[in-house]
Amino acid sequence: MIEQLPAILVLTPVFGAMLVGLFGTKDPRACFPIVIVTLTLTLITAFLSAHQVFTNGTIDYFMGGWEEPLGIGIHLRIDGINALVLCAIAVVVWLVTFFSVRRFGAEDTEKTPQFYILYQLLCVGLFGITIAGDTFNLFVLVEISSLTSYGLIAMGSSRRGTFAAFNYVLMGTVGASFYLLGVGYLFLKTGSLNMQDIHTILATNSAVAESKAVTIAFLFILVGIWIKMAFFPLYGWLPNAYSYCPSTTACTLAPLMTKVSVYVMIRVMLGVFGYEWVFQHEGWSDLVVWLAVIAILSGSVLALAQREIKRMLCYLIVAEVGYMVGGAWIADPDHWGFTGAIYHILADAMMTLCLFLAAGIFAKRLGAVQISDLEGLFKKMPLTSIGFVVGALAMIGVPPTCGFFSKFYLIRGGIEGGHWEYVIALLISSLVNAVLFFRIFEIAYFGNKPAEGHDHGHHEETEQGGAQQGSVSGQNPLGTGLLSREAPATALFPLLAAAAIILLLGIFNGPIVALIRGALEGLPAL
Amino acid sequence: MDFIRETIQPHFNFWIYVILMMIGLWAVIAKNNLIKKLIGLSIFQTAIILLYVSLGVKDGATIPILDHHAEEVEMAEHAEEAEHGVELVPGHEIGPANGGRHALADTIANPLPHVLMLTAIVVGVATLGVALSISQMVFKEFGTLEENEILEQLKAGNTDD
Repeated sequence: MIEQLPAILVLTPVFGAMLVGLFGTKDPRACFPIVIVTLTLTLITAFLSAHQVFTNGTIDYFMGGWEEPLGIGIHLRIDGINALVLCAIAVVVWLVTFFSVRRFGAEDTEKTPQFYILYQLLCVGLFGITIAGDTFNLFVLVEISSLTSYGLIAMGSSRRGTFAAFNYVLMGTVGASFYLLGVGYLFLKTGSLNMQDIHTILATNSAVAESKAVTIAFLFILVGIWIKMAFFPLYGWLPNAYSYCPSTTACTLAPLMTKVSVYVMIRVMLGVFGYEWVFQHEGWSDLVVWLAVIAILSGSVLALAQREIKRMLCYLIVAEVGYMVGGAWIADPDHWGFTGAIYHILADAMMTLCLFLAAGIFAKRLGAVQISDLEGLFKKMPLTSIGFVVGALAMIGVPPTCGFFSKFYLIRGGIEGGHWEYVIALLISSLVNAVLFFRIFEIAYFGNKPAEGHDHGHHEETEQGGAQQGSVSGQNPLGTGLLSREAPATALFPLLAAAAIILLLGIFNGPIVALIRGALEGLPAL
Repeated sequence: MDFIRETIQPHFNFWIYVILMMIGLWAVIAKNNLIKKLIGLSIFQTAIILLYVSLGVKDGATIPILDHHAEEVEMAEHAEEAEHGVELVPGHEIGPANGGRHALADTIANPLPHVLMLTAIVVGVATLGVALSISQMVFKEFGTLEENEILEQLKAGNTDD
């Protein structure tokens, strides 16, 4: 049983999707129990395999017993890094399942079984991407997760969402095709598709490793993955696709798709081409870190310009992707950049989940789409506010939350690697996040004068006006009970759980970082 | 003529694949009609399939099916190599990385890229299906498939908000 864990992990949601197709289409009430059982199973499997990896070392799994050298088998590999990513994915999809009960936050109630089928197939794709040990299988699994996410995004009733989904299909397919093209060039030179195999060939055969075709392959693969993760010049599809889709979809895709793509980039860098091969190229590291700096700054500035909550969060994702890519490309001698980037994958998945869940609840309960709609939020929904505040503080990087520690490790990497521009960009971005979220807190706590709703330039006036507003609303307490406008338990549970995980990740950052550094141990210092 | 003979002719497949890919990419970026964009996307994917299929091709090679009679003939022809043990490992014949080449490697086309492309074609068809159904939804919502008209409608909607 234990040695079959990777296969169980990927196949359980497939069978779950089939069961929903069989029974859920007859009676939509059967959907949720099936989904929650399968995803609980995958959650347990993910943690079991992580435990297995950290006690006994890397798990290599060959489907059907077709061992590597044939180059045609399905190879699944769980190592110290992707075991953590797997756990993050499993936790996020498990929590979002509760949020999706009775399609809370989603606009269309007719398509419940279809939604759950796509949702579980998306899980298959995400788990598969994380543990695939073969470059071509990775392409197929990327396409599985992309196709399901196109469907999930297009399910919304908003016409903008439909058009955004179409643009996402175009961008996503071009990205995946670039990746496939890169794999083709790599296959041309090495004659292998297996990641480990390619890694050994590139490490031992210098004629192959130095050929232009391999460099071109790396660039194609990198650009393909960058499109998928919405890295700086290629993020055009993300804000529309994620802000106009149903809330449940946004809560799943926003925390996972970009982070899993970042993990794929790290895996391609370390597991396929190898650390030494990537960083032997003069100037690449500087170029990508500068791109990351622009990503961070432009994401932050654009987030500041948004009036809609979800769009603001989407631009924050663009900035966060910049953090992680920059961290992975710093190439400091002690690998703090890599450590920070991997820790930030976990932290950011939880922070984004928390904020998007909160935004989904606001949209459903208060009809709040604009930031200015959040007036009086803390009084109306105290529990939701707690979750939102924890997520926001983590995004800013306030100490007990995981957001602080991931920034700490990234900045340490930036300093040791001598990339001061990256350090400065991180600090500026933190400041911008602070401005963003404290503006929201201010509106939510004190209320806002309509004329100044989006103007953050006049702090004094806003404070005065806010104080008046606050006293006015203080005289009119809400009618029936404190929790009367609070979100239902199925929506509150994932939000508060995500907030708790943010705090736990932060408090226990030491052991987690020790695990990451243990997995990175084999890397040479440059 | 020399340019054609020396540069284009030996790599004809690759030239065509690059040209097709550029046509596809241009259509995806520049065309205004959503269906034309999808046609471009399809051409783009087909170009990559052409690249992969070209990788498996060898001059004078046959289909990769183990025929016992043919195998005996080959064995006789390559008696020397046969002594070192002939085994068919289709994935590893091309490229210098593998060190020594197998005895039958030159007579059998590499089937692996073709198998991969079967999967990629299926993926491409699925993508096209999803994209076409989404474009149908777009048509229902906007009543048009021209990108500029859709963007105008979206802009008009923006000012209404």
